[in-house]
Amino acid sequence: MIAPPKPDLVTVNIDGKEIAVPKGTNVIEAARLVNVDVPHYCYHPKLTIVGNCRMCLIEMGLPAVDPATKAPIIDPATGKQKINWIPRPQIGCGTNVSPGLHVKTTSPMVKEAREGVMEFLLINHPLDCPICDQAGECKLQEQSTGYGRGYSRFIEQKNVKPKRTQLGPRVTLDDERCILCSRCIRFSKEVAKDDVLGFVDRGSYSTLTCFPGKQLANNYSLNTVDICPVGALTSTDFRFKMRVWFLKQTNSIDPESSVGANTVVWSREGQIYRVTPRRNDEVNDTWMADSGRELFKAVNAPDRLATTASIDTLVAQAAALFKANSTPGAIAVVGSGRSSVEEQFLTKQLAAALNATASTHLVSRVGQGDKLLISADRNPNVRGALVTGLISALPSQKLTALAAAIDAGKIKVVVSVGEDLAAVGLTAAQLAKVSFVYLGTHVNPTSAAAQVVLPTLSVFEKNGTFINQQFRLQKFAKAVPGPSGATDDLIVLAKLVTAASARLSSAPLAAIPSDLGSLWKLLAAEVPVLGPITYANLPETGLLLDATPFVALPFVEGETLHFKPVAPAVAVTV
Amino acid sequence: MAAPAQRRIIFQHIDEPGYSNDLACYVRNGGYEVLKKSVTRPPAELIDEVKKSGLRGRGGAGFPCGVKWGLVDRKSGKPIYLIVNADESEPGTFKDRYIMHQDPHQLIEGTMISCFANNVKQAYIYIRGEMPHGARILEKAIAEARAAGFVGKNILGTTYSCDIFVHRGAGAYICGEETGLIESLEGKRANPRIKPPYFPAVLGLYQCPTIVNNVETLCHVKYIVEHGGDAYTKVGTPNNTGTRIFCVSGHVQRPGYYEFEAGKITLGQLLYEVCGGPLPGRTFKAVIPGGSSAKILRFGERFKGKRKVGAEMVDYDWGVEDVPMDFDSLGMIGTMGGSGGVIVMDDTVNMVEALANINAFYSHESCGQCTPCREGSLWMKKITTRMVHGQARNEDAALLKSVADQIPGRTICAFGEACSWPTQSFIAKFGDEFKQYPETKKTAKPAGAHELV
Repeated sequence: MIAPPKPDLVTVNIDGKEIAVPKGTNVIEAARLVNVDVPHYCYHPKLTIVGNCRMCLIEMGLPAVDPATKAPIIDPATGKQKINWIPRPQIGCGTNVSPGLHVKTTSPMVKEAREGVMEFLLINHPLDCPICDQAGECKLQEQSTGYGRGYSRFIEQKNVKPKRTQLGPRVTLDDERCILCSRCIRFSKEVAKDDVLGFVDRGSYSTLTCFPGKQLANNYSLNTVDICPVGALTSTDFRFKMRVWFLKQTNSIDPESSVGANTVVWSREGQIYRVTPRRNDEVNDTWMADSGRELFKAVNAPDRLATTASIDTLVAQAAALFKANSTPGAIAVVGSGRSSVEEQFLTKQLAAALNATASTHLVSRVGQGDKLLISADRNPNVRGALVTGLISALPSQKLTALAAAIDAGKIKVVVSVGEDLAAVGLTAAQLAKVSFVYLGTHVNPTSAAAQVVLPTLSVFEKNGTFINQQFRLQKFAKAVPGPSGATDDLIVLAKLVTAASARLSSAPLAAIPSDLGSLWKLLAAEVPVLGPITYANLPETGLLLDATPFVALPFVEGETLHFKPVAPAVAVTV
Repeated sequence: MAAPAQRRIIFQHIDEPGYSNDLACYVRNGGYEVLKKSVTRPPAELIDEVKKSGLRGRGGAGFPCGVKWGLVDRKSGKPIYLIVNADESEPGTFKDRYIMHQDPHQLIEGTMISCFANNVKQAYIYIRGEMPHGARILEKAIAEARAAGFVGKNILGTTYSCDIFVHRGAGAYICGEETGLIESLEGKRANPRIKPPYFPAVLGLYQCPTIVNNVETLCHVKYIVEHGGDAYTKVGTPNNTGTRIFCVSGHVQRPGYYEFEAGKITLGQLLYEVCGGPLPGRTFKAVIPGGSSAKILRFGERFKGKRKVGAEMVDYDWGVEDVPMDFDSLGMIGTMGGSGGVIVMDDTVNMVEALANINAFYSHESCGQCTPCREGSLWMKKITTRMVHGQARNEDAALLKSVADQIPGRTICAFGEACSWPTQSFIAKFGDEFKQYPETKKTAKPAGAHELV
């Protein structure tokens, strides 16, 4: 049953199925809505339309009207309005819907046209799928099963083109595989705003290349690899490393800034091989920055923190430190804008248990925004700290208040959640004056100075949520197990909270949960904004939270893709 | 029946002894008088004359010029551009070059009249890259006309201003395609645009409404405005009004350019009487009547059907020699009048080799944007080249036809048709020659045959 068309909707008929779609939708997208796949190469939903691959050819017709009276012509055989079918195939990508448009995607004409295009695309293609990185996720390979001939009629010499051009530091081009769809050119020009790619030569000898003296070196260059429908543009890093069908895909979030680009982490047997963007039309479209794709390399870095001691032993050492400094205000907590919402919530509990709520700090990381997918706030989750109440004002870059308190001898112990205090303004002398409990993943001056080091996990090794600059709550999932000798942050924090509260009262709190399900029940109870949400029902594309309590805060972000600094946030409705 | 006399409207002064391409000579011969009268008339009236005349574009497609002007979006508030398509790149065509070389002011006057009629403030002459001499002549002629007040600011003392700029192409066939031309003029690769939405009349040069007309078409406009649209319809035949310039090349005694009233002369009259027939001892074998992309005609084949004469339908039964040279008649027999380039081949020509030549041209000129044309044109070239220079197979004819059939109607521009029609028609009409080619190759070439390139 199709709802009556609204004014901005247009009813079209695709392979006999009626559907109402918004004006301006093209046939490929309209067909997608009725689960009809229109094969295509050059068309990309986030780029301009050039209509050059000719794969999305469809047969279309419009309702017949009498040219003189404009009255519909009724076909006596069916009793419906006659359809004037256009005798030549049309491109689906370049054809926008119009009222009563009829489309056939499976007619003999369409099949023949697509088979013709498919054969043409393959004649000069090297057909080197066995050694091609794209194999398994290659549109050419995919469509050739539907429209390919299965054998070649081409007995001539294939065109010879450059096989391994370095277009830039991260992208390698195999020109022979290129089907000249021009997606990469349009991406560079339209999205990355770095117009460096173009074709030289003509006809079948056309060759993709960088303009003389230019390089595809911008921080979005690897998106061209993602959108390349074939194996022409390859990631120099991922090239020849792994067959894609062996890789497990885990949804994640790019932690490099408060944009929170949605990503997929591709891993096998506990090893991450690559990170690619995941489509979210409200956040990052289908793009992400190159810098975010390299972050996984820190997972196996040699300076990763690990311990052979049991976590309970270490927590006991921390508890001893807490006990030895039980004067109110003797302990400070430095939370992190890189921690998940859940971790920040536990950090807040820890601060409360340590009587350190007044001396709880957060470190801000401010850089240059690139107006696209990296914002000025390089912490992925400062808003999480605000929402959970870990902090109530925006963090500053230098912890001067903490430094002063240390100098004054008030602070004896600092609990740092992953933050290197040497980098935020504390001198070596100040570091030497206090004892540290450090939770973190990598070695740094603070971990070196710490009395108790609790190795924890990176974003790729745990579950959690971030709140991005739009106040969009987004979840990331564990892609690979953490290294031995490191423990999930939530477990560590929960144990610390328990240990700290034991110090304060004879009757310790009920055990603080460290699993996400139970933790979210607590969160929902304590943080009203998160009330209706559970971790399990959080959509993969995130959920906008009510940002009204925080609109007055002077956030550092400038404009980025799908984000304007002063845009009013939409209240969450569940 | 004897051939009619030439009717030189456009080529009136071409090759005239003593006629030079400077302004003084043009004005001495009555030049710019039409422009002077035109600027005193309402522009809509001039457009009406062109509409009444039934003038069809001379670039190849034969699209009615008045209709083209009528499609221009005049409500957008954007400037309207006029582009003179002087890319003349269809092999076998050499008419516009003579206009530009020998009578450039005729083009400039026609252009200025058309600009005035359409309220165009800026016109471009996009001239083919291989015609540097023509570009220099045009530059000089425009400078002369500008100095004399025919072009530029406030022409002829009126408030109307319009300037003409000459833009040289870099030598690509596809720049003759109007949207490819526009891209090239904008400084980009000449990749034709998708239509819809980029119809030049609405979203042309710099996304503004744009008229693209052939050189010869604009010269006809001058004649039409001078003599009136109704008078023009009396030249030629109904629906094929005016004159056509035929550029005859190949195996005839007197190749060259000839201007006749459209439809008043048959192909046989043109080739046998006007051009003096085949070379001594040869016979005609085939003719391409409208530039190399038009479908070939085989001497000896017959065309039957019904056609409209006046109000009634009459039967026709034509040999190649009987076909009237106009858009509709040539269209009826499955080829086209195109750009008027008549390419004649006699019995020394092997059709496989001729096709190899044509295919080499089109594969070289495909812009490479659409898959079918890009890959198909090169594939056909590789097949015919292999047949000629390597090993020919019996099944190649069928393969060629199948490849050619996969191209037309599936590309952005008409190049798909242009590159596949030769192969389709050569194989349809000379299929036996393609099948026998493996044997033919073993025998000596006929005397007088051209060497293979």
